Amino acid sequence: MPRKQKKYRLKFPGQSDNLEIIRDTVSRIAEKAGFDEDNINMIELAVDEACANVVKHAFQGGGNKPIDLEIIVDEKKFTIVVSDRGTGFDVNKLKRPDMKEYLSKKRVGGLGIHIIHTLMDEVQFESVPGKGTHVRMSKFIKNEKKSTVKT
Amino acid sequence: MEGFEVTHRDDSGIAVLQLKGFLDAHTAPTLESALQNCIDEQKFKIIVNFEDLTYISSAGLGVFMGFIEEVREKSGDIKLSNMSAKIFRVFDLLGFPALYDILDKEEEAKSSFNKQ
Repeated sequence: MPRKQKKYRLKFPGQSDNLEIIRDTVSRIAEKAGFDEDNINMIELAVDEACANVVKHAFQGGGNKPIDLEIIVDEKKFTIVVSDRGTGFDVNKLKRPDMKEYLSKKRVGGLGIHIIHTLMDEVQFESVPGKGTHVRMSKFIKNEKKSTVKT
Repeated sequence: MEGFEVTHRDDSGIAVLQLKGFLDAHTAPTLESALQNCIDEQKFKIIVNFEDLTYISSAGLGVFMGFIEEVREKSGDIKLSNMSAKIFRVFDLLGFPALYDILDKEEEAKSSFNKQ
């Protein structure tokens, strides 16, 4: 029997003043999926970091291009795909910062990737320089309230 | 819209920045300006009170990294107080408690400056 699945497709202007609306929207969907407050906060922060990176790096501060969000909720996991058609990058050069070194050298920036990896259960980056990036991140729905893919 | 506000007060020579609302990539420049103003006014003993802050992302945390070294070189510090569990968790996630003095209450932050 096919697993019940719910999909949301959202599009936001790629400017930093929309991060608040993105967070609020994703939080509401995560709440509806049955996550508790702590997990909702984690998902909210991970999505914020991914979208803030789109504005800062892919769109280099802003512009008219959109950020596309696809949220897929099934009985086992909550997946968010953040996509942009910005500058893209070589994913082989993507490194999580060494936090000990980061703190000792008091570096600024570059923490978003670390946060996303720490807070989410599965993370995958796909990017083509000049074409854009997809960040796919998932959180497993454990035995909180069972996922409600309400129909 | 909840937005973000920084209120600046002076408490016996210590600059106190009271944060309200959410601190993300969009609002972080407002905090950056407030901290820069403290430094421009030669105020290097700074307390940041998080009591009314509801959200922080790495862009907000990064602001403190940009100032901490300069402030400490001038025999000052940036002490952080009144964080909710939600905000503290983000600091903790990145190991920031090892680098910053995080106190439960603003009064404790003030006392720890006075002991120095």
